[in-house]
Amino acid sequence: MATTWVFVEETEEGPATVGLELLTKARAFGGELAALYLGAGSDEHFAALGAHGASKVFHMAPSDLLPTASAAAAIADLAGQHSPDLILFGLTYTDRDIAGRLSARMGKTILSNATEISVDGGAVTVTNEIFGGMTLVDTTFESDAPYLVIARAKAFVAEESGGGAPEVESVAMPDVGHSGSARVTASHAERLEGPKLEEAAIVVAAGRGIGAEEGFAVINELAMKLGAATGATRAIVDAGWVPYSKQVGQTGKTVKPDVYIAAGVSGAMQHLVGMKDSKVIIAIYKDEEAPILGISDLGIVGDLHKVLPKLIEALSNR
Amino acid sequence: MRVAVCVKQIPDPASPYDLDPETHFVVRPTDQVLDDTDRYGVEIGLQLAEQTEGTVTLISMGPSGNLQGIRQALAMGADKAVIVDDASLQGSDSLATAGVLAAAIKREGFDLVIAGTESTDGYAGILPQQLAELLEVPALTFAKKVAVEGDTVKIERQTQTGYDEVESPSPALVSVTAGAVEPRYPTFKGIMQAKSKPVDTVTAGDLGVDVATKQKIVSIRPAPERASGELIEDDGEAHLKIVALLEQAKVI
Repeated sequence: MATTWVFVEETEEGPATVGLELLTKARAFGGELAALYLGAGSDEHFAALGAHGASKVFHMAPSDLLPTASAAAAIADLAGQHSPDLILFGLTYTDRDIAGRLSARMGKTILSNATEISVDGGAVTVTNEIFGGMTLVDTTFESDAPYLVIARAKAFVAEESGGGAPEVESVAMPDVGHSGSARVTASHAERLEGPKLEEAAIVVAAGRGIGAEEGFAVINELAMKLGAATGATRAIVDAGWVPYSKQVGQTGKTVKPDVYIAAGVSGAMQHLVGMKDSKVIIAIYKDEEAPILGISDLGIVGDLHKVLPKLIEALSNR
Repeated sequence: MRVAVCVKQIPDPASPYDLDPETHFVVRPTDQVLDDTDRYGVEIGLQLAEQTEGTVTLISMGPSGNLQGIRQALAMGADKAVIVDDASLQGSDSLATAGVLAAAIKREGFDLVIAGTESTDGYAGILPQQLAELLEVPALTFAKKVAVEGDTVKIERQTQTGYDEVESPSPALVSVTAGAVEPRYPTFKGIMQAKSKPVDTVTAGDLGVDVATKQKIVSIRPAPERASGELIEDDGEAHLKIVALLEQAKVI
């Protein structure tokens, strides 16, 4: 692959982890590797991009406008000048917004939800998972480069390569008129307790089986005891019992903790795809036919309201 | 306000769907249901139309079958539907689909387009953004709350750490997350009325749109299986098994 670009959004902690994962992956493709960085930027951030393999950074600094339409136009212009072969995005809100608009702007198809990207000469094959991760689908492009791919978080592992500071080129955000007129008027951060869901070594997740919103209390208590993050299925997020930021699954977060404890989670495909690669899976569910029990290292057919209080007590007595 | 709501009929997720071994496309039965996540967009569309004395037009692409899924959304209260049913569009990628939907929406006219964030069966999750680019409007995405004040569309946009308040002038596209609102259940009257509401079935040619799909599935294979674990019935001591496994995993 002659040239690969990786879109990386700035987060509060610096370059988004999924962007660093994709830079690491793209190093294996050989050729030129550049980052498309959206954020205020700093020498420290650029150094992190360099350390993960980017020899060049195209830096886009946003205003108070929602940057997606303008960033897509900027990237399309850059692609016109530099003819990259492959442009990678993570499966995050901003990445999806920019990748989607870029795809339509350039008239290029896009492959989403990638868990593997293979490059053979100039050909790119993208793998994604269907049926809750039980089946893999390999898809190729039938158009000319650049090939656009959106990959799932944690599909690859971020590792530094020892690369030095990259060359940084500032890229103007073009005025795209009405398409770019969405404005961010305020930002709100949800108060987070305990470790971050995507990074926690242990995740305790709940589904409909907890019975009611109040049922989440025992999940919180166990998580506190274990220093774990709490997670949830789409069903109880949709029901309004817990915030969306806790959703694990196809439309939520992807997690790969050392231990995933699923309580009252039946294991809908939508959920499994976000957690099935956890190292150890422990599940408690009342119905032995539940799919979650089929992928668990320890599956317990039983009542979580009986098992979890005893577990909390046993952990307290240690 | 003229609200266009993108909806999709999908095979009932309760029964596993099949892939055609030749084409690898989803086999679509005659009786498909409304994608559950679309009910949120329909509900928001109805609320905004009620508030502005506007209309809600459903826009869909795919085999119409017996229109069961479309009728579900009409029964909620939408005024009419346009469905692009064209065998040549089978297996379309999201960009081709966006091209077709954009043509249908432009033909109907719109002030606001509403879509779900991704379908349940395909879930590429980029169609709303592609559609917004093709319609040359702002994309207010991942909305968990939507309001219209005069010509301004305001949303709360889900972010990794919380949410942003985002607004733009109309016309605009909004993608809504599941759970954004409580979708109404069709009333008996709504179900009866839905049977006689206009459903305009058109082809790509009728819309004057010519799209091509530029991706191809080359193989479908089973994922490596996870080694099966231990399945036990809780005898009152199951929690001790968990403690032992947590110790073995060295997390306690």
